[in-house]
Amino acid sequence: MKKTMIIGLVTLALLGGLLCGAKMIQIKGSDTMVNLVQILAEQYMEKNPGTPIAVLGGGSGTGITGLINQTCDIADHSREWKPKEIDQAWDKGVSPRPFVVAVDGLSIVVNEKNPVEQLTMAQVGAMYRGEIKNWKAVGGPSQAVSLYGRQSNSGTYVFMQEFVLGNKNYSTDMKEMNGNAQIIEGIIQDEGAVGYVGVGYLYDESHQIRKGIKILKISKEPNGTGYLPTDKAAVDSGAYPISRPLYMATNGKPKGAVAALLQWIVGPEGQAVVEREGFFTVGEGKYKAANDKNFK
Amino acid sequence: MKKRGRDVREAAIKAFFFAAGITAVLVLVGIFLTLVATAVPAFREIKISEFLGGTNWDPTSPEKAEYGLLAMIVSTLMVTGGALVLAVPIGIGVAAYLSDVAHWRVREVLKPVVEILAGIPSVVVGFLGVVLFGPALAKLFHTGNGLNALNGSILLAIMALPTIISISEDSLNAVPRAYTEASLALGASRWQTLLRVKLPAGLSGIIAAVMLGMGRAIGETMTVLMATGNARSFPNSFFDAVRTMTAGIAIELGEVPYYTTHYYALFAIGLVLFVMTFAVNLVADLVLHKYQEREQ
Repeated sequence: MKKTMIIGLVTLALLGGLLCGAKMIQIKGSDTMVNLVQILAEQYMEKNPGTPIAVLGGGSGTGITGLINQTCDIADHSREWKPKEIDQAWDKGVSPRPFVVAVDGLSIVVNEKNPVEQLTMAQVGAMYRGEIKNWKAVGGPSQAVSLYGRQSNSGTYVFMQEFVLGNKNYSTDMKEMNGNAQIIEGIIQDEGAVGYVGVGYLYDESHQIRKGIKILKISKEPNGTGYLPTDKAAVDSGAYPISRPLYMATNGKPKGAVAALLQWIVGPEGQAVVEREGFFTVGEGKYKAANDKNFK
Repeated sequence: MKKRGRDVREAAIKAFFFAAGITAVLVLVGIFLTLVATAVPAFREIKISEFLGGTNWDPTSPEKAEYGLLAMIVSTLMVTGGALVLAVPIGIGVAAYLSDVAHWRVREVLKPVVEILAGIPSVVVGFLGVVLFGPALAKLFHTGNGLNALNGSILLAIMALPTIISISEDSLNAVPRAYTEASLALGASRWQTLLRVKLPAGLSGIIAAVMLGMGRAIGETMTVLMATGNARSFPNSFFDAVRTMTAGIAIELGEVPYYTTHYYALFAIGLVLFVMTFAVNLVADLVLHKYQEREQ
């Protein structure tokens, strides 16, 4: 009995040592990015079996806090760092370097039975501020608007608040869901629903648009042309108004395995995965230039 | 010599049990002190009247941070109260059935099954709320979606049931046989015996069972987080989406910058929750003592 216990303990210790020795790359953060990063990590590990990678969600705020407290190597985030967070990072000797790994068209989604096809930015903002409470006000049927959103640890929550709500408070009637997938589930059930999700969550396993939802066209101006977030050209040109870069941040200049991973993600192979998962590639413009600077 | 050895051993055993007992007390006192120490700084910036009486909670608001807890307190009470209204009659009924009516073979199967119900992880129960009870409630009451206080109450009732059934049944079984036999001998029917003799005799145990069930319900986090919709507005009915205190802490603690008013305020919520559960236990204890005195 005692012997088996000792053997067990030794094996545990050895296993622990092995795991630590292999230096697992810990990635944490944005729920919008967690599926994408998980698939990127799996593909990368297939080609480089020597680098174990662990990917966790939890929201952009959680990832950024993790990087500040040095409990992860890479933080995924779908919003910019807040000045307060940068101050905290510097205080702890952490100097964050964010790399743009993909571009997201934040999608406004309704139930498929909703006849509304298009909204303006101002209308979406008014809905989420709680000023428009009925679909009739935007040309729909007389039905109460049922708001679905994320929780305050979500980068998407913060991004929406800044860019669509004009830095005003969310309506307190908004149902705060745990993640993108839960918002989609809610919308499928609820005919009066409106929700916002990352473009990658619009597709099912076979890369078709999910059943039961409808993606709205969004226009910048009243009576302007509306565009879909799935329209690559419109997102690239900025004609689709609610797009944003998705980041993976490291502490200081990335080194060794972390640097190799990030180079692979922003390289052609990683970007092919990004595109297949429904997000948009980094492209050759300003994001690539910023990334190149951060690698040096 | 032999006697001395035994004395030493007994003293050692006594010391061990004393240490075990005192550790439990120390841990409780430690948790309480930490909670108070971390909660009190919140009130340097928040007025206590605003904290307990305000209805709007929005610490990350870009307009004005607000720390009103009342909506969350009411939500917690609603969900827990609703759960008890559902679980107590069913729980005591099942307990009475198991102890007095059921054939012993049925009991041998049913009781372990009820106890296994207690082992279902809360996240699984929450998932049932999202995919099963939510849509069913929405259809039944035509509310569009089923992410509301009623859904949370039903799920928490399911989670509290095993505790209530199991402990109530034990206490009914612990009622001395002489009571039952005396009652039957006096010509009372089995129903009268159960209602007028066994239930009052086992009341202290049943109250303890209800209190433990309530403790389970009031502190449950994951299930309500998933199934009640988490809207911050003040609840007007059981069909409104609500956010409980536990869900509020769970949502925000992951991303809150450390040592800020928001951080301290979350611990203040924890303190309020602690005081509430403490009060429940205290009242239960007083009630129990009163009944025990009367019995003597």
